[in-house]
Amino acid sequence: MPKLHQKLERNSIGFTLMILFAASIGGIVEITPLFTIENTIEKVEGMRPYTPLEQAGRDIYVREGCYACHSQMIRTLRSDVDRYGHFSLAAESMYDHPFQWGSKRTGPDLARIGGKYSDAWHVAHLIAPREFVKGSVMPGYPFLAETLLDTGYITARLRALSRTGVPYSEEQIANAERDARAQADPEAEYEGELIDAYGENVQVRDFDGNPRAVTEMDALVAYLQVLGTMVDVDALSAEELIR
Amino acid sequence: MMERLFLSALVALVGLLGVMIAGFGREAGYVLHGWIIVGFSLVALKRLLDTWSDTDENTPLEYNDAVIRFGVLATFVWGLIGFVVGAVVAWQLAIPSLNGDMSWSNFGRLRPVHTTGVVFGFGGNALIATSFYVVQRTSRARLVGRTMPWLIVLYYNLFVTLAATGYLLGITQGREYAEPEWYADLILLLIWVAYLVTFLLTLARRAEPHIYVANWYYLAFIVVIAMLHIVNNLAVPVSIAVPKSYSLFAGVQDAMTQWWYGHNAVGFLLTAGFLGMLYYFLPKAAGRPIYSYRMSIIGFWGITFLYLWAGSHHLHYTALPEWVQVLGMTMSVVLLVPSWASVFNGILTLNGAWDKVRTDPAVRFMMVAILFYGLSTFEGSFMSIKPVNALSHYTDWTVGHVHAGALGWVAFITFGSMYKLVPWIWKREGIYSLRLEALHFWLALSGTLIYVGAMWNSGITQSLMWQTYDDQGNFIYSFLDSVEAMKPYYWARAIGGLLYLIGACIGAYNIAMTIRGPRLTTGQAVATPAE
Repeated sequence: MPKLHQKLERNSIGFTLMILFAASIGGIVEITPLFTIENTIEKVEGMRPYTPLEQAGRDIYVREGCYACHSQMIRTLRSDVDRYGHFSLAAESMYDHPFQWGSKRTGPDLARIGGKYSDAWHVAHLIAPREFVKGSVMPGYPFLAETLLDTGYITARLRALSRTGVPYSEEQIANAERDARAQADPEAEYEGELIDAYGENVQVRDFDGNPRAVTEMDALVAYLQVLGTMVDVDALSAEELIR
Repeated sequence: MMERLFLSALVALVGLLGVMIAGFGREAGYVLHGWIIVGFSLVALKRLLDTWSDTDENTPLEYNDAVIRFGVLATFVWGLIGFVVGAVVAWQLAIPSLNGDMSWSNFGRLRPVHTTGVVFGFGGNALIATSFYVVQRTSRARLVGRTMPWLIVLYYNLFVTLAATGYLLGITQGREYAEPEWYADLILLLIWVAYLVTFLLTLARRAEPHIYVANWYYLAFIVVIAMLHIVNNLAVPVSIAVPKSYSLFAGVQDAMTQWWYGHNAVGFLLTAGFLGMLYYFLPKAAGRPIYSYRMSIIGFWGITFLYLWAGSHHLHYTALPEWVQVLGMTMSVVLLVPSWASVFNGILTLNGAWDKVRTDPAVRFMMVAILFYGLSTFEGSFMSIKPVNALSHYTDWTVGHVHAGALGWVAFITFGSMYKLVPWIWKREGIYSLRLEALHFWLALSGTLIYVGAMWNSGITQSLMWQTYDDQGNFIYSFLDSVEAMKPYYWARAIGGLLYLIGACIGAYNIAMTIRGPRLTTGQAVATPAE
């Protein structure tokens, strides 16, 4: 072997190609099948793309780096399931660009946080978490409640997402801006249209409790409240969970 | 001629990108980034014009060390920024009111400034600078290109600047260790290709028939980082008006791609690159040849092949298919063999020079670096085993593991090498103060031990509290209980980090005083013999 290697190390291009070859195998074997093996993502009912308001909230979640302390992945371990609920399915993050499974739980997992607390709880907690929960080490986000949600590029955002493969219809993209504002405004009497476009579980509320404006807080709370609620996990049969 | 054409195109492309962002941008921070890109491009343009009429005839017949000096300074500047921000976020966990509850000052935005500052700012600059040094010496050839190496270092630091300032402004892809947005990624891609070409062309000029082992590692670092960077940053930008983009992949595929990237940023930037540094600076400082050629080969190809399989151990018990988890675990355990081959090769190289560990703090830095490398690769393989991972994952144990590698291995080998490199390239007699160098060593070592010890304790405590049931099958501890139990460890960690930071400041002072000190008088031998 040393003989052969001495030949290789006299040839810089050959050496470079050999590195590329040796290093590419692992990824090819482990990543490509995830796109081709059909049962990598379970076939379950209920998954839908995020509404424009929820997606805007998700973008804020990403922007603030929440993933540095919160996971969104309930593992199949008993202690995870008992604490946070049914283990996460691959299908539940199929429209997540990027995924936010996280790698650290300085705070608790958020994969099924949706519906666990009231909107008012989330708003108060996000504004002053350490006053609200004694012992918490979470930073406060009072500025979200004061910042108006910029919906100017929300159409372009949905368009970009549809290019990555999220199945938004042309109509959903065209209505994105109005959909985003109306979901946080129960007075708009637009709930029917939103349900027609996104399905029964769309929640139309004034999430931040401030009826005068649609804020970043509205968007973030709308996102948190939908997390883990799309699939009725308790009704799943064992066959549906086979991967 | 070719070089000038290529560089003109590079500067024009990057400059145009900056102008477009500044012109079409609709967010203040993003427009600022446009101007920063334009500013760096103007500096690059000036450099290009200044050297435009240089010809081969007036290129000096000596190694190009000026660009390395710049890279060394950038290493220390980013190192200090990264360490300071690291200390700040550590104190934020101990005393949460330090977050300030403003967007830019909160933990979530500062944490990537710390990771990017140390990984890409400190680590990346150190690797580029030392690779330029090592490839010239071991090839006995001057670095190819009159202006190219300058632009590589300059634009690389533009990338790090865009990345680090972007997070504060809320510009991020939200993927760990790959947070920079598409335009910063494009700039890195362009100059990374230039870096590979420069490195290969310099190797092609070599007067030695064989490529020295340190260069194998530097080459693997350049090639594999290119591959990872391209695949992992595939994304669809929203518009030229806003910085946002969406990654091309979603959910489980995105997770696997990201950790294939994330684990191998560790594998090829923080491991292979720094092994390249070790394989040159250790034998040089110890005055002994590398112990075993055979072990070098096994270590190198083992790491190059196996590392890329190991990423899935970051996703144990998740929605990632079981077969990928088991495969990743298996390869991670096997990875211990080539990792420890490098450890033994390094330690045995010191045979016959152990006195230097006592007398030369730089060698002591290097020796301890190898020990920490051995410790963290063993720990990494151990943590990749699924039942162990059930305990360690999502906890501070992971943070402790990373810092055993980053503080103990990466930064120790860098400091050791820099204490040797700086007097060589600035042509100084030696380091300004060996006593300060030794003080830096002891502060860094105690800081690392306190940090890592605190995180082991907190990680295991956390995990046990999450998993403890009473007789009725109810949890004994709430999540909040586990947060409160972390308090003493967060304090200990912050203190350990502070010691490390103080050490680094002393190191930077020592380096600065060395540079300001008197030049080596001619006639004395410069300690830069060829390989």
